[in-house]
Amino acid sequence: MSPTLETISLPHLPSSLPVHVALYRDVQNAPSLRQQLISGNSDFEYAFIDASMVLSRAHVSSAIFRAVNDYLNERLKSRNVHSEIVFSFSSTNNIADSFRKFGISDSTKDLLVVKVSVTPEITHDSVAAHLAQSIEGSPVPFNDETLWEIADVAKIKRAYKLGSLPSAPAGQVNGTGNSDKMRLENSIIGAIALRGAT
Amino acid sequence: MPEEAYIPPPLPGPFTNTTPPPTLLTQGAEAHLYKTIHLDSNTPAALKIRPSKPYRHPILDRRLTRQRILQEARCLVKLVREGVNVPAVLALDWEGQGGENGNGGAWLLMEWIEGPVVRVVFERWEAFIKASGASLSAEELQREEEKVRKLLRGIGSVVGGLHKAGVIHGDLTTSNLILRTEEVNAVPGESPTMQGDVVLIDFGLAGQSSSEEDRAVDLYVLERAFGSTHPRTEKFFEEVLEGYKDSYKGAAVTLKRLQDVRMRGRKRSMIG
Repeated sequence: MSPTLETISLPHLPSSLPVHVALYRDVQNAPSLRQQLISGNSDFEYAFIDASMVLSRAHVSSAIFRAVNDYLNERLKSRNVHSEIVFSFSSTNNIADSFRKFGISDSTKDLLVVKVSVTPEITHDSVAAHLAQSIEGSPVPFNDETLWEIADVAKIKRAYKLGSLPSAPAGQVNGTGNSDKMRLENSIIGAIALRGAT
Repeated sequence: MPEEAYIPPPLPGPFTNTTPPPTLLTQGAEAHLYKTIHLDSNTPAALKIRPSKPYRHPILDRRLTRQRILQEARCLVKLVREGVNVPAVLALDWEGQGGENGNGGAWLLMEWIEGPVVRVVFERWEAFIKASGASLSAEELQREEEKVRKLLRGIGSVVGGLHKAGVIHGDLTTSNLILRTEEVNAVPGESPTMQGDVVLIDFGLAGQSSSEEDRAVDLYVLERAFGSTHPRTEKFFEEVLEGYKDSYKGAAVTLKRLQDVRMRGRKRSMIG
């Protein structure tokens, strides 16, 4: 098992649909990765997420869960389950806007990559091998500490229109700072769950 | 009638994959509550399912189910944002499993709140007082009563926070309040701990409103529930209102309205 790619079997989702997640810092080739997406190169069918917009693992799981559940129920709003994962980070119904806010941009330095095994050919090894040769960056562990280091909390709050919530001081992981973080995280997860409800 | 084990309706959507399967906790007329696991770890979560009702017209059924589960989820998400103690919404599907096998059902996955419901805390306390109240010194009794008063003020302030956020619970009883506590298993016969945060649960009948009438009715329903379930704690109910009083700006007006509601009951207009 490559240590840089984590394969997760999300509770409640069929075990035939494992999810592969990798986190990179100091990514050098964001523009070319983004170009592959735009040109629709199917080898690059990934959810590429700007990791500065990600608060925690629970945040990521919620977006993945929402997208895969919609995929299983055949009600994707975008092209495939991977674009839907990017879209699922959003609290609004605007797909283009969700890509601008949460998707990879030319200036992305920290990148979260998600791939769902929608066909049996997509395995941990095949994804790991392809990412190793495609992404020019340093793999880091996909955990809450690293994500919190990367997160741009002010930007995240703006994206979810949660500007009025109290701010946990960066780096502080205990005391009231932690309960503020939980409140922000739970508010975001709720917004993801409610997207599209009219 | 032969005794048959109750078979709940089939689980909707993705929860047929869940291992171990969610366990049924309670079943009401509208919804089934299960205990299951969270998305990210081994922490527990609560799953509320509103099964479709086969006797309703399918279009009406879908619309009602969707409306009600969304109402509940919206209230919860709003309260989480406002920092009121309620379970967080983790995931939601208001359409449930559409089509194919027809066992649709909307569901709501929520944060698990650990602790006894306040009803149980008071029942334990009342049993304790009944059994050993006579042998307590005046001082001990006073300490016991102060414990209850403090919890009641805590209830008042969480209900105040709820109303401040513009939400009405609609079914405030001591069974819909959890005392979130790290209490080690309660010892029968001893006075239960009352340390912890009061968390509001079950927003199935909740709605958004800032009208003083609706708020007063919320309090009235709680007051009546107290009177009927906790005769020995009823006399302390004023402490709930004490805790409520300072929780938001309009609280005094609501309390004034509560007096009117007490006089006539919760149905405002019964004429014509």
